[in-house]
Amino acid sequence: MVPNSGINLDVPAPRHRPGEAPEFDNLDIPNAGTVPKPDIMADPREMFGYANTLIRVLNMKHQAVGEWDPQLSADDLRTGLRDMLTTRLYDDRMQTMQRVGKMSFYMKSRGEEAVAVAQAMALDKKDMLFPSYRQQGLLISRGRDLLDMMNHCLSNSRDNCKGRQLPIMYTWRQGNFFSISGNLGTQFCQAVGWALASAYKGEDAIAATWIGEGTTAESDFHHGMTFAAVYNAPVLLNVVNNQWAISSFQGIAGGEKATFAARGFGYGMPGLRVDGNDFLAVYAVTKWAADRARAGGGPTLIEHFTYRADAHSTSDDPSKYRPEHEPEAWPLGDPVDRLKNHLIDLGEWSDERHDQAIAEITAMVTAKYKEAESYGTLNSGARPEVSSMFEDVFATQPDNLRRQRQQLGV
Amino acid sequence: MVKMTMVQAINSAQDVMLEKDNSVVVFGEDAGYFGGVFNCTEGLQKKYGKQRVFDTPIAEGGIIALAIGMGVNDMRPITEIQFSDYIYPAFDQIVSEASRLRYRSGGEYWAPITIRTPCGGGIRGGQTHSQSPEGIFTHVSGIKTIMPSNPYDAKGLLISAVEDDDPVVFFEPKRLYNGPFAGDPTQPPQSWDSHKKGEVPAGYYTIPIGKAETVRAGSDLTIITYGTMVHVSLAAAELSGYNVEVIDLRTLIPLDIDHIAASVCRTGRCVVVHEATKTGGFGAEILSQIQEECFWKLEAPITRVAGWDIPYPHAFEWEYFPGQGRVLAAIKLVMEG
Ligand SMILES: Cc1ncc(C[n+]2csc(CCOP(=O)(O)OP(=O)(O)O)c2C)c(N)n1
Repeated sequence: MVPNSGINLDVPAPRHRPGEAPEFDNLDIPNAGTVPKPDIMADPREMFGYANTLIRVLNMKHQAVGEWDPQLSADDLRTGLRDMLTTRLYDDRMQTMQRVGKMSFYMKSRGEEAVAVAQAMALDKKDMLFPSYRQQGLLISRGRDLLDMMNHCLSNSRDNCKGRQLPIMYTWRQGNFFSISGNLGTQFCQAVGWALASAYKGEDAIAATWIGEGTTAESDFHHGMTFAAVYNAPVLLNVVNNQWAISSFQGIAGGEKATFAARGFGYGMPGLRVDGNDFLAVYAVTKWAADRARAGGGPTLIEHFTYRADAHSTSDDPSKYRPEHEPEAWPLGDPVDRLKNHLIDLGEWSDERHDQAIAEITAMVTAKYKEAESYGTLNSGARPEVSSMFEDVFATQPDNLRRQRQQLGV
Repeated sequence: MVKMTMVQAINSAQDVMLEKDNSVVVFGEDAGYFGGVFNCTEGLQKKYGKQRVFDTPIAEGGIIALAIGMGVNDMRPITEIQFSDYIYPAFDQIVSEASRLRYRSGGEYWAPITIRTPCGGGIRGGQTHSQSPEGIFTHVSGIKTIMPSNPYDAKGLLISAVEDDDPVVFFEPKRLYNGPFAGDPTQPPQSWDSHKKGEVPAGYYTIPIGKAETVRAGSDLTIITYGTMVHVSLAAAELSGYNVEVIDLRTLIPLDIDHIAASVCRTGRCVVVHEATKTGGFGAEILSQIQEECFWKLEAPITRVAGWDIPYPHAFEWEYFPGQGRVLAAIKLVMEG
């Protein structure tokens, strides 16, 4: 505390705080198309460079360039765009409804839609997803009915979580989407376990999991990395580096000392760093890692370099800790705009079609929401049966819970 | 005296200790620049600098291990675990390390650390922002466990915790942060402004660890409780028509059994109330110690009011929360059989 030794307690700080002009001039952003694509069975020891660059496909002129271009059909690109738009419009609607008291809480994924949607598209439907709370695009891409997602968020009579979970902590067994935990990081090594079971059973389904850059500090991250590497598990370990945890920037998780992708090297697995706002790059990198895992090449760590364009959650006010216009200053743009412009550049899309798509999706979201409300909201209308809160604690209800239920009179 | 909310009182206690003692540091997730998700450390980094009040990586185990290391090296860290629902990654550090360090080293080493953590429900937080895990910690030898129910006690006890040479887990019932809560969500929110325990000395003072307080005197029956349930129990006592005594434990470990026993031996009847789940909860310990101390004076079986033995269900918050009705029913049962 009275520094006299030359040693100092060092606490990293972000470059800019509220009231200051945001910029990201320190970022080293290579041009799209410049990073080569390695063989899927490449030796991780020779791949360290991939953790310290940024894999990008879409260039500033909205063209897809370089070896990582996944050569998706126009139909696929339009599907991706539509799913990202749906994710965004769904988020907007749900946040608005939270604000008027229809649900207790909400979390948007604005700016990070490409991570979830492109990855879901690059994976197989049989692959198991262990997401964090900001990958609602996975559900949308896999075709989950928005109505069911809304029913869950409203904790209403049709909520498949039976009113037991906070909004956005989805679960969807049918879509191979694991139950989201409110406790950070806990799913990371579970995905490894799932993947090992798949290998044990001789199946070729792989697992994928997502963790925020802030949460890489939890020991669960280390567990996942170690176990995946030791057993060569067929798993994709994704770090979504959206620059901010709640109020703490990525430097508080150690992001200034080394990239998050670089963590892979020390465990002996490839670490790929990808422009998370580039739909094509995210798709390509995911496909590479999935092909590798399926071919027996083991786990891959992927850092999605992106930006959390909105508040952490409805309980948060980012103007207290970061410059107001920082989201607009993000040099890698917006994932929806970038894919849209790419499609326009290909002659496969137009502003009119885009606006029309927005109108259609908005109408669909509105209609779904209206229907969802008819099944109740957190504070009014139908709810799950009260007695159901004593169920599923165990496979079979023990006597003490039966008695407690009777005591409550339900 | 100054009017303070519980948030302000907790903030003030840390302010006082940072000012008074250079070995005090404050850290936790979002606790530095931002001042904590409940504002309990707001303004402290600005005042004392980021070497003394700082943000940590998201790693509760790391936070507590860091605190232990610092504590061993002459410091008095105050840590914030953002929600007590997220304390479990630190469980090993608390249970196997902080709690036993003094014992296993024959008294050579110890870690005077304070672990602040918001607990309890009533804020629509679902199963991961509502838990009351105090009973998991009271079961471990070597940790002191505190849960205040008002701003005045919170500040005085937090200062005592920081000055204490043992590790202290300091539970803050978050539903009380901005006002007392008697368990009825349909009533307008109360403020600490008009509560006598919302009057708090601006400077340094302490409330001793290990001392319960009788917050309502009575002769028919004793309610033993702590945290949010103090307010619920007081309201139920009022409604019951009986002359009910209410004891706010304030500290769970060390338990002020003398204070409890004196009351229960006098009234002969007792209800133990907590928000945490019932089975294996701290209420069971209170109950058995009362049985040991007061058996021959008891006029009726002791009853517990507690959370149901299930995770905290988001949509059924008020069916879960042990409100006035359940406390009232317990009072009636013990009084009338
Ligand atoms: C074990 C645990 N500790 C703390 C929290 C509280 N918390 C919820 S989200 C969050 C920030 C997470 O940041 P990051 O991992 O970067 O993910 P992001 O929200 O940016 O997607 C914190 C600290 C929690 N939910 N679980």
